[in-house]
Amino acid sequence: MLGLNSKDFRLLLLVAALALLAPFILNPFPADSAMAQFNAGYPDLMQRFVIFGVFAIGFNILFGLTGYLSFGHAAFLGVGSYSAVWMFKLLSMNVIPAILLAVITAGLFALLIGYISLRRSGIYFAILTLAFAQMSYALAYSVLTPVTGGETGLQLALDDPRVLGAAQSAQGNIPVPGLFGLEMRDAAQLNLGDWVFTFSAGYYFSAVVMLIAFYLSIRIFRSPFGMMLRAVKSNQQRLNYTGLNARPYTLAAFVISGMYAGLAGGLMAAMDPLAGAERMFWTASGEVVLMAILGGVGTLIGPVLGAGLIKYMENIISKINADILHSWFAFLPDGLEDFIVSIMYPFIGKGWHLTLGIIFMAVVIFLPGGLVEGGQRIARLFRRRKSGEAAKDDDAKQSTVAE
Amino acid sequence: MGILEVKNVNKRFGGLQALGDVNLSVEENKVHAIIGPNGAGKSTLLNCLVGKLIPDTGSVMFDGQSVLGRKPYEINQMGISRVFQTPEIFGDLTVLENMMIPIFAKRDGAFRMHAIESAEQEKSIIDQAMAMLEDLNMADKRDFHTASMSRGDKRRLEIGMCLAQKPRLLLLDEPTAGMARADTNATIDLLKEIRDTRDITIAIIEHDMHVVFSLAERITVLAQGTPLVEDTPDKIKGHPKVREAYLGEAT
Amino acid sequence: MDAIILQILNGLDKGSAYALIALGLTLIFGTLGVVNFAHGALFMIGAFCAVTLSKLLNASYTTIDESRTDFLGNPLKVEQPYVIDWFGPEVGAAIIDWSVPLAILFAIPVMILIGVIMERGLIKHFYNRPHADQILVTFGLAIVLQEIIKFYFGANPIPTPAPDAFTGSFDFGQVIGFDANQIIYPYWRLVYFAFAAVIIGAVFAFLQFTTFGMVVRAGMADRETVQLLGINIDRRFTIMFGLAAAVAGLAGVMYVPINPPNYHMGMDFLVLSFVVVVVGGMGSLPGAVAAGFLLGILESFASMGAVIDLLPGINQIIIYLVAIIILLTRPRGLMGRKGVMEE
Repeated sequence: MLGLNSKDFRLLLLVAALALLAPFILNPFPADSAMAQFNAGYPDLMQRFVIFGVFAIGFNILFGLTGYLSFGHAAFLGVGSYSAVWMFKLLSMNVIPAILLAVITAGLFALLIGYISLRRSGIYFAILTLAFAQMSYALAYSVLTPVTGGETGLQLALDDPRVLGAAQSAQGNIPVPGLFGLEMRDAAQLNLGDWVFTFSAGYYFSAVVMLIAFYLSIRIFRSPFGMMLRAVKSNQQRLNYTGLNARPYTLAAFVISGMYAGLAGGLMAAMDPLAGAERMFWTASGEVVLMAILGGVGTLIGPVLGAGLIKYMENIISKINADILHSWFAFLPDGLEDFIVSIMYPFIGKGWHLTLGIIFMAVVIFLPGGLVEGGQRIARLFRRRKSGEAAKDDDAKQSTVAE
Repeated sequence: MGILEVKNVNKRFGGLQALGDVNLSVEENKVHAIIGPNGAGKSTLLNCLVGKLIPDTGSVMFDGQSVLGRKPYEINQMGISRVFQTPEIFGDLTVLENMMIPIFAKRDGAFRMHAIESAEQEKSIIDQAMAMLEDLNMADKRDFHTASMSRGDKRRLEIGMCLAQKPRLLLLDEPTAGMARADTNATIDLLKEIRDTRDITIAIIEHDMHVVFSLAERITVLAQGTPLVEDTPDKIKGHPKVREAYLGEAT
Repeated sequence: MDAIILQILNGLDKGSAYALIALGLTLIFGTLGVVNFAHGALFMIGAFCAVTLSKLLNASYTTIDESRTDFLGNPLKVEQPYVIDWFGPEVGAAIIDWSVPLAILFAIPVMILIGVIMERGLIKHFYNRPHADQILVTFGLAIVLQEIIKFYFGANPIPTPAPDAFTGSFDFGQVIGFDANQIIYPYWRLVYFAFAAVIIGAVFAFLQFTTFGMVVRAGMADRETVQLLGINIDRRFTIMFGLAAAVAGLAGVMYVPINPPNYHMGMDFLVLSFVVVVVGGMGSLPGAVAAGFLLGILESFASMGAVIDLLPGINQIIIYLVAIIILLTRPRGLMGRKGVMEE
């Protein structure tokens, strides 16, 4: 189906189902219950899940397939955001042209940086991309203020020219990004008993874009081009002596991956029409590296999972404070309660980065295939229990062709 | 006039004359061995043939075209395939994928952006790859990851990957170096079969006399960067100069 | 002329920090072949060693001084540091005043210990993994270390002053024959530069003149051969890791009075220090030191008003720009050896 084999198609369907049902899946707890703080089904966070999913999918096309570790990918995301906001300012509040421009400018920018950076490999490539991204950040922050808004960032204003569309809404406010009349911040609420589910136009738009991006990445992974990229990672010497020129392959992967980052940046601006230089800072580049590695670099679904996990921690785990912990463990004797809370406290709330760092190290050390590999191992364990030794041959085969 | 013509090639590294006035002609559809003691300049010569080194003077012509200054992938596209001392294959890919890549390179050239097509749908490429794997008796290993294979199998696959491109010249750099006896013999048998069944020129750089004398139809002896003699294996065996320069030391 | 000298001086303190961090990075890379993204965190931990010692020395109890009153007329509460009780008012006050330099003594064993634990506990398992994995795991470690510091010390910078004798500035211009008030330079920055020079000199002397150092240098040049000689190079490399950690830590200790430390200062310096290492040439110790000072001074020149007027924003990007140009024209860096990290 859709040019995919049945296994990949099932994966696509699964991701589509998860994305479309996300408002239910991520809101498992009643709105007033003590567990409601673990609900992640609110539009702002769900949008972040899928947008960073797009970013991580794109990063994975470069790092997962070719092995070139870019530490400056956030630059393309930032460029995408700026382009989209400019489109809103100058052309119209429709998100389509804004996102198209974001993808194109990010692609051109990636072409330029990739052309130069790919002359080196390994750590030198990482440092070059980092240097370019930091330069872009510094310039966006200072000299390019007329284009980027500098420290305050680029925002819409009441006197934007906006050729196709009104400068102001009927109420005299700044208009909102939309898709042919459907405003991105529109949302419908569904109350089912104690549960409240929110369906946001912006989220569903982003989710559809993410699904298309995910579908394209499957096609790329399964294409001869994707095979060549894996060959680049595996053995460049053999590739050269097989009559293939590695440079245009890696450059194409770099540009595609930059365009994905631009798409993510454009989507971000479409959800909330502003852009700031901090999106290009190197920690933002580091974050997408964490996402891809955590989820499983080189796997199809891994980066999306990694993006989801990190954004969940950033937004949910970070909100748990000592009081909440005490309320959870209130049933314990006082001394024990205090003890457990004091042990857990450094790892939650503002300390969520610590948890993230520990999980990340554990993944790099023990699970180079990330969460996906972890899932596969658990699944294999279960299957082995079920069918005993007979499954062993099957496992061996599974592990060789597993993606 | 041979398919590969090396004329007056000199190469110095600092004060060291690595190659001095090398003249060499490899005839089409022959197995030509280049032998010599360590430091005779065999590897330097090979690197000049594949674009990794550029000689200081002289010319290297393949089928009437100069190979000098070209990149390795361009030289491969001219019809020269190379087998390395330690097998160079794509360790993270499956056997079948390893075999498909050279066939893609042959069909599509050095770069083609086929990012949306499915590799699984490339029937003719897969058929050719499977045919080659059948020839190598490796068809049953098509889904194996190559990193876990034995050295002999890796070598077999590497040679197969080169053959799959139907090259006009196959360069082999000590193809049995570091191999167990059984793997060495299997490799010799494979190369013999290739020699006898395919129209292909083979240039082989080798240390192991057993390999050389079981395969070569013509032998050049290199000593201190200069060709000493060039002749048939039988003549080489009895040649006094060769005994002195090489066999005498080796035995 | 005076403006140029002033910029060179201004570049020296940052340059010293870059040079010290880059020196340690290069030692680790050259000996163990590991790209250590946690090295900036070691610098940061060093800085917090100084903070910790300063806090310990300032530990005090409250007494009520009946003879004085506060503005409400109540008896004045006086914080009385324990150190003063133990050593008497004069010595005690001096100890508190000198807490940053004293932290050197405290930091050396702490940093060596941290370095050795890091190497034995984590890094040694990554010798044979790809550089990308090394970068990733040390990057993760850096996050963990800085979050631990953040947990105990908070997110805000903690001002920790230099000894009174070194606060303030002096007229360096007059010392070297310029008019008064042309080149004003803070004392502590000069101390920092001198300190860095001593440390760098000590590391080089150690590598140059001790047997231990000779073995390490030989191991950096050709690890296998040295191991063939039956020398246990790994244990020495572990010690070198501890040493590199100590160098980074000391750079951090002494940097505290220049910039109040916060938990992410290490990352900020690391990114630049990596650029320094690459510019100097991966694996070259003199290259790392030279590039550290060079880039520190370049950065300071680029911050001159006249330069910014000419090329707006240049101060922000000069280091990266230089790194890109060097990498593209001299892939081995200024003094790099052939074959290092070229794959």
